[in-house]
Amino acid sequence: MIHLIKVFYFARLKESLNYSTEDIELPVNVKTIAQLKVHLAERGETWADLFGGQQSIRAAINHGLVDNDAIINSGDEVAFFPPVTGG
Amino acid sequence: MVHMGVRVQTEDFDVGAEITAMRLSSANIGAVVSFVGQVRDLNDGDNVDSMFLEHYPGMTEKALAEIIAQVKVRWSITDALIVHRVGELKPQDQIVLVLVATAHRQEAFEACECIMDHLKTDAPFWKKEQTQHGLRWVEAKTSDEDARHRWKSTT
Repeated sequence: MIHLIKVFYFARLKESLNYSTEDIELPVNVKTIAQLKVHLAERGETWADLFGGQQSIRAAINHGLVDNDAIINSGDEVAFFPPVTGG
Repeated sequence: MVHMGVRVQTEDFDVGAEITAMRLSSANIGAVVSFVGQVRDLNDGDNVDSMFLEHYPGMTEKALAEIIAQVKVRWSITDALIVHRVGELKPQDQIVLVLVATAHRQEAFEACECIMDHLKTDAPFWKKEQTQHGLRWVEAKTSDEDARHRWKSTT
């Protein structure tokens, strides 16, 4: 069974990666936000810089803020972004 | 009548018109507290010529509505409104408006401050500044996290 999710990147992340969204097929061992970060960090140097743990990155699933241990389900909209600075 | 609205927009807003509309929506309202945020021309020691506000369409509106919903549980609120601007802004542009209407002033003051503290840490907006040194993303402040957390201890 293929677990496809949509991922969005915002602000500094979007700029570093040079794109804002992609569809990702989740490997079977990727079930949480923390595991997805590790998976993304393995893509290369830019990804390792962003998702390797040195930078503070927040995540949302289906438009709600979540922690690292949040479970990702097939069809979810996941987003990664820096700490917010509105107001 | 209960509105409890959120708006995310590029256009400016008219604080006076918003207050009047809210005030006149119910004779039960005895107090309207407003907060207006304005773009400053100085940040971290550098002159700011302009800034761009990015947001996460869909999540932004949901996050703001949730903040109002949380505040409603804690205080007796007749009406509340959050207007937040996005896109290109200049120093002295209005950036955010929070209105809270209640029967008595104390609840409106507290709820308005609580909304702003949560907006600062939970709503997906990001500021990018144009300064004399070039473009830079604004860093989140730990003091904003602290401000948000103080509302937890008395819940």
